[in-house]
Amino acid sequence: MQKSTRQDQHSRPAVSDLIAQKKKNRTVGSTLEKLVPGILFGIAAVSIITTVGILLTLITETVLFFQEVNFFSFFTGTELKPLGQNAVFGVLPLLTGTLISTAIAMLVAIPIGLMTAIYLSEYASEKARRILKPILEILAGIPTIVYGFFAFTFVTPLLRSFIPGLEPTNILSPGLVMGIMIIPMVASLSEDAMSAVPNSMREGALALGSTKLEVTWKVVVPAAISGIIASFVLGISRAIGETMIVTIASGSSKNFTFDITQSMQTMTAYIVEVSGGEAAAGTTLYHSLYAVAMTLFVFTLVMNFIAQYISRRFREEY
Amino acid sequence: MTVLTGKANAKTNNLSASTGSETENKKIVYNTKDLNLWYGEDHALKNINLPIHENEVTAIIGPSGCGKSTYIKTLNRMVEMIPIVRISGEILYRERNIFDKNFQVEDLRTRVGMVFQKPNPFPKSIYENVAYGPKIHGIRDKKILDEIVEKSLKGAAIWNEVKDRLNENAYGLSGGQQQRLCIARALAIEPDVILMDEPTSALDPISTLKVEELVQELKKDFSIIIVTHNMQQAARISDKTAFFLSGEVIEFAETDKIFSTPSDKRTEDYITGRFG
Repeated sequence: MQKSTRQDQHSRPAVSDLIAQKKKNRTVGSTLEKLVPGILFGIAAVSIITTVGILLTLITETVLFFQEVNFFSFFTGTELKPLGQNAVFGVLPLLTGTLISTAIAMLVAIPIGLMTAIYLSEYASEKARRILKPILEILAGIPTIVYGFFAFTFVTPLLRSFIPGLEPTNILSPGLVMGIMIIPMVASLSEDAMSAVPNSMREGALALGSTKLEVTWKVVVPAAISGIIASFVLGISRAIGETMIVTIASGSSKNFTFDITQSMQTMTAYIVEVSGGEAAAGTTLYHSLYAVAMTLFVFTLVMNFIAQYISRRFREEY
Repeated sequence: MTVLTGKANAKTNNLSASTGSETENKKIVYNTKDLNLWYGEDHALKNINLPIHENEVTAIIGPSGCGKSTYIKTLNRMVEMIPIVRISGEILYRERNIFDKNFQVEDLRTRVGMVFQKPNPFPKSIYENVAYGPKIHGIRDKKILDEIVEKSLKGAAIWNEVKDRLNENAYGLSGGQQQRLCIARALAIEPDVILMDEPTSALDPISTLKVEELVQELKKDFSIIIVTHNMQQAARISDKTAFFLSGEVIEFAETDKIFSTPSDKRTEDYITGRFG
């Protein structure tokens, strides 16, 4: 057998000879082979080291801040006056600003995002899906500064035309626009989760006489619920961390209020304002940046843990 | 001709004559008239005429791609999920044309249950799987649901295996148990007909045997149409057999007759294993 193939193709050496020849040159290759895991580990370590570095800086500066400001009064203080002689640092105005803008954003993003996902995954024709998905991705790719500008120069004036008491800078308008920004994220992740539900389950439900709506709500959505909730939680994370939109459209008044027609400041916007101003290193004002950043970090970290927990806890195995 | 199965021997030939006369009195549950079906340009079913009687097991056999699965999926209109399908002719279910605009497809599927090739329970508890059908059809009373779940699971011969774990996820069951759960799910809405599309092709021999025994039991209360690529299975469990080839019904007769004295040369070639 071997002999005959050699004769058939005597214009070139046999494959086994070629492989044997190649084997002789293996030494350089094998050294590289041994080095690769180390090199890759080093590259992978870059992001870990960076994270640890950021965290350490945050912690040390935050500790310094709490040597100057009482921990308890920081988290329960409703007054925030970082400038001047009698500076008061209470984080509650920033917390309410962040939570209210996030809540408004999610009130927009969750229903619209979920409905969009349901339409795309269950109802849209192949053609509609091909057109709509890229549009969603474009929406996700718009820089947040553009959204901020849009909130300030378009949405706020529009809202003011029928909400007379609305201030020129307010939390409502950036909240709504943030919601629009987060729709693609919720829609796309939820759609992925729903598309991953095997068709055999839809068939099983249809064969029992379910309508399309019943299949969607009672079989597909429950089967995809872990992915759907994870998309909500990631959306919340995104809203908490969002900076540009609220900085531009919500102003910088540090009111402790629940009135959404008023200007409020979020944690992120505070960081922008103070770091953009003249906070000399080592001052309490400067340290307050880190304390707020730390609070923000803990918030988003907790949200991510919740997302992970939920996707494990509610995963419907199939 | 070589006789393939133990059942199809001379003795049972006499029996087949008597079953033949019996079926004359049975009502027709599904009557297919001049059915043609195309997938785009592909003519998948050609002039199908097939009367199916109630309280019988009708087996549909044939080589891969002969249209047997397409046919059974046409009976509850699941085939229309594929957008390029075109259908002509009619299928009468209890004398009503299933393609009639006034015949809601949901109503048809409430009367005609289906069991699929691969077990496809919902990712819910065993209880919720069975209760799903009654629930979507408006049964909310917990006591009634409990009764339905128990009766259906017993009917599908799986009650003893799952009665202590009704609230566990259905995907913790073995493949054979999942398939019987799917049968229980279909039974829960008390259908008239049960369509089975190669229900044992993904199961091991013991689970297959259990499902086959179950089919024999279910025949008392339901009309069953079963697609199978396993000829021994058709011979073991069915009363009548239709042999499909290239989208046509080549032969349709009592199972005993098909397997002992087929009238068409192609049927004989297929069941003796000359092709397919």
